[in-house]
Amino acid sequence: MAYRTHLMVCAGTGCVSNGALRLKEALEKEVRKRGLEDEVLVVTTGCNGFCGQGPIMVVQPDGVFYQRLKIEDVPYLVEEHLLKGRPVKKLMHVPPKEEKPIPKMMDIPFFGDQLLVALRNRGLIDPENIEEYIARDGYSALAKVLASMAPEEVIEEIKASGLRGRGGGGFPTGIKWESCRKAKGIPKYVICNADEGDPGAFMDRSIIEGDPHSVLEGMAIGAYAIGAEQGYLYVRMEYPLAIKRFNIAVEQAREYGLLGRDILGAGFDFDVEVRRGAGAFVCGESTALMASLEGRVGEPRAKYIHTVEHGLWNLPSCLNNVETWTNVPVIILQGAKWFASIGPGDVSRSPWGGSKGTKVFSLAGKVYNTGLIEVPMGITLRDIVFKVGGGIPNGKRFKAVQTGGPSGGFIPERLIDLPVDFDRLVEVGSMMGSGGMVVVDEENCMVDMAKYFVSFLVGESCGKCVPCREGLKRMEEILERITKGEGKERDIELLEEIGIILEDGALCGLGQSAANPVLSTIRYFREEYEAHIKEKRCPAGVCKELIEYEIDEEKCTGCALCVKVCPSEAVSGELKEPHKIDSSKCIKCGICYEVCRFDAVLKK
Amino acid sequence: MKKLKIEDLKRIKEKVRRITNLREGAGRAKVTVHMGTCGIAAGARKIMSVLIDEIEKQDVKDVLIATSGCAGLCSREPMATVEVLGKAPVKYVDLTEEKMRRIFREHVMEGNVVKEYALALGSERTSF
Repeated sequence: MAYRTHLMVCAGTGCVSNGALRLKEALEKEVRKRGLEDEVLVVTTGCNGFCGQGPIMVVQPDGVFYQRLKIEDVPYLVEEHLLKGRPVKKLMHVPPKEEKPIPKMMDIPFFGDQLLVALRNRGLIDPENIEEYIARDGYSALAKVLASMAPEEVIEEIKASGLRGRGGGGFPTGIKWESCRKAKGIPKYVICNADEGDPGAFMDRSIIEGDPHSVLEGMAIGAYAIGAEQGYLYVRMEYPLAIKRFNIAVEQAREYGLLGRDILGAGFDFDVEVRRGAGAFVCGESTALMASLEGRVGEPRAKYIHTVEHGLWNLPSCLNNVETWTNVPVIILQGAKWFASIGPGDVSRSPWGGSKGTKVFSLAGKVYNTGLIEVPMGITLRDIVFKVGGGIPNGKRFKAVQTGGPSGGFIPERLIDLPVDFDRLVEVGSMMGSGGMVVVDEENCMVDMAKYFVSFLVGESCGKCVPCREGLKRMEEILERITKGEGKERDIELLEEIGIILEDGALCGLGQSAANPVLSTIRYFREEYEAHIKEKRCPAGVCKELIEYEIDEEKCTGCALCVKVCPSEAVSGELKEPHKIDSSKCIKCGICYEVCRFDAVLKK
Repeated sequence: MKKLKIEDLKRIKEKVRRITNLREGAGRAKVTVHMGTCGIAAGARKIMSVLIDEIEKQDVKDVLIATSGCAGLCSREPMATVEVLGKAPVKYVDLTEEKMRRIFREHVMEGNVVKEYALALGSERTSF
């Protein structure tokens, strides 16, 4: 059946929670009502990435992009666009600082500046239909490998591409595969790490939700290369939609003979099972993950025993992150040379020589376009924040960007032209991590941000080694004191000292990098720490104990709006006369500051 | 279901591509049926059905069908614009089902403009 128009409704978790499934039903109903069901197909797709504007729908082949759709919009939209062929301007995207809606998807800077490799099928296929994946060259990389490449050739190809682990460490994938192939022991395992735990990160979830077969295909190719017959997807319980879609994909692949015995009639056996984790941050660490897979407590172990030799059940195991696996089929089909042509550095001698391909980031925080993006390696932070991200909303000033999740660091405004690659990010005290990216503006306090990440890590530390268990707790206490105005001389030096002990003495990668948020904020924003400690002042006006709210009598019109909203009855005054805040009653919630229409509430 | 062999992947790809290729806007030619109120009243829906029917029958994979609004010349509806990649678009007027079939076969498939039904070559000048 041929259709003239496809309505691609985004059904990633973001859009679903904004009502995408109800929207899909309403669209189908309206399409039927108008007698268009033989011409118009409503399709649900994986995450589009523009989560801040959901629910989202793209009309193809017109390429028109609609956002923030409501059920009430449906009858009008169907009548205008599908029946009369007039795209509905008021439902289109308007970029910041522009007034004209942009109808074409590729003309929207958010999409136009991205380069999709890992997310190549996002929004284009129905993730629950294996044939749509096959139609986009799905499983043809696996077919190519099985029909014409020796395992060693596959490994050479991955090495030559310069692909490095997307989960955080940036270890060259090809080298890992090679060590695992050479390791003694049978059977061997491939594992997909989908235990995405960074606050605000949702790359892996979106990939599995939107294109589960690409992960499966990558794992099958990896298994062929290292000589494994069994794979596991380790995914957190908090990702029910991803688990559901991945299981559907596994079932379909088995039915089509793309998993199981004698895949594609080429004599290769491979199968995958899903293992759900309870959502502990530390289980994203490879050795802790394998312990959890075995049914033990998720605690890491010392790194000198390599998992490629002694991994799951003490057997050779190759663990890669979701995004790494999805890159594999593309490299096989397009060639290592093509992949290595994207991104900085030279990988012709060693895969350590550069950062190649693209990286998926979840862009969050104080930025206009929040969502999921994929950009070529080597793009500057400026391009990510201001072009793809659309800049800082509400006319505020950019302050820093935090990369690499809770173990990453803050990169200040003066380094905004830094190209994003594995090695450059480490040089400035941060890291690529799995790809969380939080933009911070002038209204964020850096001490408070560091405290937030440290508190997160205190809760997630497994407690096995002393530096991480004790060091982080003490860091949290010191930061807590500083934000309360009880900071002491030498607190900064003490924080730095604990940070160095963590780097040197913690057992696993999480502990070793856990001090990054603190060390990088001290490195770039020392004056903010000093203001808190010496002047008992929070320059960004965030730390409650260090600020006071006052009313500017000149500006106050006595409208009494603040009186109405104040939860602690701290504001008083006659109507049409200047009001006052009783600081003994004030709980510093800031609601008067937000509601005042005359900028009469001052934060000091 | 029968387990797939390597050759089967290509067969599935071709089958599904017919349905999905228009999502990528990757067509050799595009036919736009003008479906403003005037066009619909004059029978544009039938013109659309003819196109879908032809594409089905001839198993065409690289032609996109789109709708757009009134082309401005309401008295000559139904209208359609045929764009073959790399060539100037051609507007056809006063269409009937038979005319549309002929245009599809001769112009879209073979590249010969059906002069007697054509109104003009090219598009209007726009500021956007």
